[in-house]
Amino acid sequence: MSSIVALTGNDAVGTAMKQINPDVVAAFPITPQTELMHKFADFVANGEVDTEFVLVESEHSAMSAVIGASASGARAMTATSACGFALMWELLYVAASCRLPITMAVVNRALSANINIHCDHSDTMGGRDAGWIQIYSENTQEAYDNTIQAVKIAENPSILLPVMITLDGFILSHTTETLNILDGKDVRDWIGEYNPKRSLLDIKNPFTIGPLDLQDYYFEHKRQQAEVINNSYDVIVEVGKEYGKLTGREYDLIEKYMMEDAEIAVIILGSTAGTTKEAVDILREEGIKAGMIKLRVFRPFPYKELREALSNFKVISVLDRCISFGAYGGPVFNEVKAALYGISSPPEITNYIYGLGGRDVSVEEIKSVYYDMRRISEGEKVKEYINYLGVRE
Amino acid sequence: MSKELGWKKLPMGGIIEEAGNANSYETGTWRSFKPVFHPETCIHCLFCWIYCPDGAIIVEDSEVKGINYFHCKGCGICSRECPTKVKSITMEQEF
Repeated sequence: MSSIVALTGNDAVGTAMKQINPDVVAAFPITPQTELMHKFADFVANGEVDTEFVLVESEHSAMSAVIGASASGARAMTATSACGFALMWELLYVAASCRLPITMAVVNRALSANINIHCDHSDTMGGRDAGWIQIYSENTQEAYDNTIQAVKIAENPSILLPVMITLDGFILSHTTETLNILDGKDVRDWIGEYNPKRSLLDIKNPFTIGPLDLQDYYFEHKRQQAEVINNSYDVIVEVGKEYGKLTGREYDLIEKYMMEDAEIAVIILGSTAGTTKEAVDILREEGIKAGMIKLRVFRPFPYKELREALSNFKVISVLDRCISFGAYGGPVFNEVKAALYGISSPPEITNYIYGLGGRDVSVEEIKSVYYDMRRISEGEKVKEYINYLGVRE
Repeated sequence: MSKELGWKKLPMGGIIEEAGNANSYETGTWRSFKPVFHPETCIHCLFCWIYCPDGAIIVEDSEVKGINYFHCKGCGICSRECPTKVKSITMEQEF
């Protein structure tokens, strides 16, 4: 059973969390995530969930609490944004290194200074090497769907890694959209009960978690982590297919839009993928063979799928809602370029940094990226590889 | 942890599956100063045994018999707490 409802992104994720009914949630409020936890706190107060809801004094504590809960065998969740995510930094690595299947929604917001509460991806992009699986959402429906799938991916016995799902601050978190939601029981039946192999509360089988690990073993443990996240591609795809059977909405690592006969393409993630689809539709009417690839999963990075989809292109553009100071372009650009290096006759790849601090990006601006690509595909030399879209000179 | 396993054989997530195995982990190599026991002046008050954070004072029949150098990290608390004026445990340079 499913029903069509109108919810904000925050309410949609809060609702997904209610349906998951986690054992433990620990959280600290930060804009624009606050309303997500506000919503979930309502469910706790109204007795609609069995969750032990822990109000902590910081995000460092929130992540510490869910780490403790997860190590004790609980299904544990949290949510945060921006500076709160940054304060969790140290513990993000601990959660992944200890192989704890925590799930977290991150409502993307710019990092200070100056203080800005609006959307960009510099928070989660900064945490991309922490060992978490990262799934980005284009709209409220996806934020809801990704939250439910995240639990199933994280708790897969061959994976046991934390998963963060993201939704763009305000653009999704505070915007009401219609979406399909499942019946709560169907969600719980689908994700199943969490029965961890080990629990710190199991005093008959004691074990030590997160001990000292020096020159003699640390490297081997990091090598294990590299292996397991690389093995998670198949599980993410499998869970996306199973979810498709349940809901009719199937998910993959990447989503291709009008790519069959496309000659130029944008690679993007998050809510601006929706704006880009609109631009592609308009360009198609103009006779321009535009296409788009949305990266749903950024960690692990779907390099094989991109290689397959992009190897015949002459020019592509990567849009980054994040700046990586001192790097040659944004993080998505870097990854896409690395993925396509070494193939025969790779495309020209240009980068556009856009939308920092919630700066609106219009369909016209996205169209201008395609016009730039078209000129390059017709033989014009690339003027700048790293561009800033929508910034005043 | 004397046999060094490769990454494929290690338990997941760097956990230690076996309880109480600190006993088999050699921390004696961390020492730069080494406690040296002088039995001729020892009054067997067992202050060193009580204070030692690593249980590295060897006691038999309520008498101090020596130091377990496999575990002793050389912190020097035993020597500091020793109440005899001449110090029945003295710290000496290890290298």
